[in-house]
Amino acid sequence: MLEVKDLQVNYGAIRALKGISFKVERGSIVTLIGSNGAGKTTTLKAICGLVKAKAGRIFLNGEEITNKSTNEIVSRKVTMVPEGRRIFPNLTVQENLLVGAFQRKDKDGIKQDMEWVFELFPRLKERINQKGGTLSGGEQQMLAIARALMSKPDLLMLDEPSLGLAPIIVEELFQVIGQIHQEGKTILLIEQNAYAALNIADYGYVLETGQIVLHGTGKELLDNEKVRQAYLGG
Amino acid sequence: MSWTLFLQHLANGIALGFVFGLVAIGYTLVYGVVKLVNFAHGDIFMMACFFVYYGITLFSFPWWLSFVFAVFLTALLGISIEKVAYKPLRDAPRISSLCSAIGMSFLLENFATVVFGGRQKAFYQPQVLNKTLNIGEIRIQLVTIVTIVVSIAALLFLNYLVYKTKMGLAMRALSHDFDTARLMGINVDRTITFTFAVGSSLAAISAIFWALRYPQIWPFMGVFPGWRAFTAAIIGGVGSIKGAMTGGFLIGMISIMLVAFLPDLAGYRDAFIFMMLVFVLLFRPTGLFGEA
Repeated sequence: MLEVKDLQVNYGAIRALKGISFKVERGSIVTLIGSNGAGKTTTLKAICGLVKAKAGRIFLNGEEITNKSTNEIVSRKVTMVPEGRRIFPNLTVQENLLVGAFQRKDKDGIKQDMEWVFELFPRLKERINQKGGTLSGGEQQMLAIARALMSKPDLLMLDEPSLGLAPIIVEELFQVIGQIHQEGKTILLIEQNAYAALNIADYGYVLETGQIVLHGTGKELLDNEKVRQAYLGG
Repeated sequence: MSWTLFLQHLANGIALGFVFGLVAIGYTLVYGVVKLVNFAHGDIFMMACFFVYYGITLFSFPWWLSFVFAVFLTALLGISIEKVAYKPLRDAPRISSLCSAIGMSFLLENFATVVFGGRQKAFYQPQVLNKTLNIGEIRIQLVTIVTIVVSIAALLFLNYLVYKTKMGLAMRALSHDFDTARLMGINVDRTITFTFAVGSSLAAISAIFWALRYPQIWPFMGVFPGWRAFTAAIIGGVGSIKGAMTGGFLIGMISIMLVAFLPDLAGYRDAFIFMMLVFVLLFRPTGLFGEA
């Protein structure tokens, strides 16, 4: 469904991505793992059109979307949950969800999807009229994911959803991500928490200083000696 | 000072408060969404008066049509200013767009001086609005009441716009986070255009009521009302509509009551206004309703 070919991105003189290629098949969970500064977030931003690709091409369902506007890409049903949640603290939970559905015009569908995300995250329903900024970190992450789901994406991209959350909440979160996947969404997941990510993923890529150094199924990478040493604590 | 006289001043203060409040909302809306102090706002206010003037003298529109025409043109002017002077600098450091805003203000003032002339012109006074009403012993000009009624209607409409429509939701989302708003599929450019259109229309409405009260118009007439309204926005807390309105009321009241009760000190009106600003900022640096 998504194919990235030899993607390069520069920030000024810094070469953040030196030409990476990977694929995300429809209905799968694919993960990009790597340490800080490896280029994971840059990859997602380039797919969304938030940063410009210097070279390389990005295809969505066979159509090229390289350097298209973010608006255009969202309208093609690709939605990103940004790093650090970035919910709107001044809007209520319900308003945050409506912003997620901004491009949709099907009122009934929006209503249905809101019920659906409340089933996934019952705690959000209890806080429906509360301001986003008053939620706990875990609740904010749930809101960020729910908000993205409201756009009815085919491809959901998650940027470090586990960042700064307690282990028990991370576990809960990954359960829900699995559940969302089972309901038919394709997921591209970026994580520093390599163990949790590889466990859930069908396929994984390891990113180091702007290049893909390894790839394989989630299980292969979990068993890989290099991955174990570098990312799973030996 | 008699009770009736006080009520008369009170009505005037309220009307002037609405005028300042509506201008202040223009500052606050734009600042809230794009984090820019639109220093040209006072001059947009001035341009609206000239649009009315030329609508009547050049195109021979009836006064009410000329008012509507001016509000519409002023909205267009606000949109164009954003496109020309602010949009190209959106990713530049904030100081750049601030300089651009000040430059835009000078440009409008000098453009008006060259094209419209620097001498004061008389603003048309519709006979209907000049009627004086006697309510008991209180004498109130009709224009004062119209100012209050139209301003309340504009505020109700604004409230509906910001809190009940999709565009308002986009504005509020944008005010916190451009990139995330973009990721949710919000059209950032269109929302900003809309914000400038709304802010400028409000400036035009208040400019018309201002000119009906003080019927001399000239290219620099927007400077002091602009500064006072900006002060009102800061006193209320920049970014807050409620705050802008409250600040506008305080300043409108001070302006009227000082002249009424302490006529000897009337010349120091602006000094009192700015003193109030200093006091509010000393105790509440974010303004009365501002968020940190």
